[in-house]
Amino acid sequence: MMSDSIARRGFLRRTISIIPVAALAGAAHTQEPPPASPAPSSPSSPSGSAPFSSSASPHPLYSPSFFHPAEWTFLAAAVARLIPADDTGPSAIEAGVPEFIDKQMEGPFGHAATWYTQGPFVESPPEFGYQGKMPPRDVYRAGMAAADSYCKSAFDGKLFAQLDAAKQDQVLKGLESSDIKLEGVSGATFFSFLLQNTKEGYLSDPIHGGNKNAGSWKMIGFPGARADYIDWVGRPGEKYPLPPVTINGPQG
Amino acid sequence: MATQRKLAVDAVLVGFGWTGAIMGMELTAAGLKVLALERGEMRDTIPDFSYPRNTDELSLGIRGKLFQNLARETVTVRHSLAETAVPYRQLGSFLPGNSVGGAGVHWNGQHWRPLPDDLRIRSRYEERYGKKYIPADMQLQDWGVSYADLEPHFDQFEKICGTSGKAGNIRGQIQAGGNPFEGARVNDFPLPPLASVNSAILFEKAARDLGYHPFPQAASNASRAYTNPHGAQLGPCNFCGFCERYGCYNYSKASPQTTLLPTLLHRPNFELRTQSQVIRVNMSPDGKRATGVTYIDAQGIEVEQPADLVILCAYQFHNVRLLLLSNIGKKYDPTTGKGVVGRNYAYQLNAGATLFFNKDQPMNPFVGAGSSGTVIDDFDGDNFDHAGLGFVGGASIGCINTGGRPIQQMATPAGTPNWGAGWKRAIKDNYLYTASVGSQGSVMSYRDNYLDLDPTYKDANGLPLLRMTFDWKPNDIAMTQFIGTKIQGIAKAMGPRDFKMSVRKPGDHYDLRVYQSTHNTGGAPMGADPATSAVNPYLQTWDVPNVFVMGASAFPQNFGYNPTGMVGALAYWSANHIRNRYLKSPGALA
Repeated sequence: MMSDSIARRGFLRRTISIIPVAALAGAAHTQEPPPASPAPSSPSSPSGSAPFSSSASPHPLYSPSFFHPAEWTFLAAAVARLIPADDTGPSAIEAGVPEFIDKQMEGPFGHAATWYTQGPFVESPPEFGYQGKMPPRDVYRAGMAAADSYCKSAFDGKLFAQLDAAKQDQVLKGLESSDIKLEGVSGATFFSFLLQNTKEGYLSDPIHGGNKNAGSWKMIGFPGARADYIDWVGRPGEKYPLPPVTINGPQG
Repeated sequence: MATQRKLAVDAVLVGFGWTGAIMGMELTAAGLKVLALERGEMRDTIPDFSYPRNTDELSLGIRGKLFQNLARETVTVRHSLAETAVPYRQLGSFLPGNSVGGAGVHWNGQHWRPLPDDLRIRSRYEERYGKKYIPADMQLQDWGVSYADLEPHFDQFEKICGTSGKAGNIRGQIQAGGNPFEGARVNDFPLPPLASVNSAILFEKAARDLGYHPFPQAASNASRAYTNPHGAQLGPCNFCGFCERYGCYNYSKASPQTTLLPTLLHRPNFELRTQSQVIRVNMSPDGKRATGVTYIDAQGIEVEQPADLVILCAYQFHNVRLLLLSNIGKKYDPTTGKGVVGRNYAYQLNAGATLFFNKDQPMNPFVGAGSSGTVIDDFDGDNFDHAGLGFVGGASIGCINTGGRPIQQMATPAGTPNWGAGWKRAIKDNYLYTASVGSQGSVMSYRDNYLDLDPTYKDANGLPLLRMTFDWKPNDIAMTQFIGTKIQGIAKAMGPRDFKMSVRKPGDHYDLRVYQSTHNTGGAPMGADPATSAVNPYLQTWDVPNVFVMGASAFPQNFGYNPTGMVGALAYWSANHIRNRYLKSPGALA
């Protein structure tokens, strides 16, 4: 359960930061110059067509509560590679995954509110699960900063978001496989939270801020919150015909 | 810390899930003044499981809103005696319940009776294969109770739950379409089986073509409108696909809330106190009698609750931990194999295949119920000849479609990347066309798989956590490898475009990260021999006759089925002996 004070802090942060994130990009929280432009379009993206296909920018009117501008830029660039824009279905950016993850950081998940968080913290084989001291929001913060530092040293001073898609993929794969070691945080842990939360934001009910217009559900054929299929039991060869509904009602 | 003392009751129930509700019904019916103490909150269909919020996969299925809050209490785990245990920090391998209804709220409703020979497993293997067949470190034990003893109570619990199924053996007569291996039942199930989902239709045919004996999974998801013996009404399951990990918004899944509480909560001699965490059973100075329990209430106040009868009805882990914290029964020592509390912790070892079909065969995976599917029992228990196989045990194998919840249940073919355009393409191409076949495999008991108190880690109240020492053993890996070959044969015969297998191999260690089963068993095993069991055949502790321990902590080893049918029947069996024998002459029943 999120405490009142945490909820209030989140509210205050949102209230004071209604300026579009783009305008804040050069502001504090980072000593690095912000990326001059959105990440270049990925070589594997189809040219033209889809409105978001060449952009790794989240919704311009959303102001993140948790992530600082440089982190927000990193996050958008990363999730745009995890679920990229193409003709198959919505991208993570179109689905609102960054907004979803931002909200999760301020909620019980980000704070590890229902995890056992007492020490001692002992390094253990992976099959014992994440044994670190940092809650996910700290892992994100440390992971993004350390991954950007890594990118700067490996790629001529460029931040992750400034790399081309192929290099971004290379970095993400290096984090996933632990081939890239980060300062002060496990890159593999950071990546695993990022990937898990990206898929959650893509596939969960839109009440959590992701899966805009139930776009992923339309893509895969999940009817969402309909939750009544008594007439559809045992009808081999027939595809269920109805589009999804969400907890708050029909979507598109 | 302030301490209050409450007025005495006749019986105090620690934990208020299935066994607490059953004991509450039975002991209030006997005229006792009964108090249930539940550490969690009150929960009921309205508002806690109501539509549409009950379809929120993220909050319920993934973040685990209904499960035990590990921030307050968890277990620690290690693979062997030589290691230092670390906490189970995030939910993964198992999902213990919390609050009123316990795990009886978010189970699937797969309702089984064990095989008659499961309950006399050591005797059976020694008779059929010789004493040498059983490995020396395997602490295989008969249960001290027979299938015939329990039959009326299996029947009773199925009637409470409105279980939907097809009998395979009524009074010794094998019934076509049922499980021919099951023990003889006096009655058929109270309701006919659920209708078959697309994937189960394919499984049924494939299994039959291979010469096996498929039958519908017995489901405590009602197939028709039903009124149970207490007058509680269930509605027909609508295959909403939100069953395991969720409460039932449709009053179709049997739970304490849908079957017993509507009656029990209105009985004048019953009281429920929620947010009341019992921290120990209090003992008389001579240690021979329990005087009641101490709990911490919502305000953090320690409350002493006197009671003549103390019945532990919590989840398996908590029952064992309370016995250890209260010094009831001799603690188990894995170096000598002596002692009983913490002995014979076991689990289940499952295998599976994920199948991907062509576009002309949509599975519509979201059309699901917790128990909708078809099963075979040909390779479970000792239903097949183990001679030459070199292992004890087996597994039920089924095609059960609990739903198509897209975060948890998304599957992609082997070779699919974990992310990127290839992943997105794969979920689009495969989601509607995915099915699965899985096994539920037995795990035996071993000298060094056990439970005790952790020397380092504490709960929110500063009390030691329970420590689990557990890893897979060669016997059970051999079992699952064998079962894997059977699953693979069935999967192929179902005719998918592609399929992938998941079967544990020799050398694999128990992995806490992946959900496997909430069928944790043992630690307070039942039996006829006080040297190897913590409770007698009536679930009464050997050393303290006014303390009884319900639940799967009593299993001396685990079988290849869901435990709830057995757990419910054992509670009725124990209640029957308390009512008819103990209350007339309080003392040891064995």
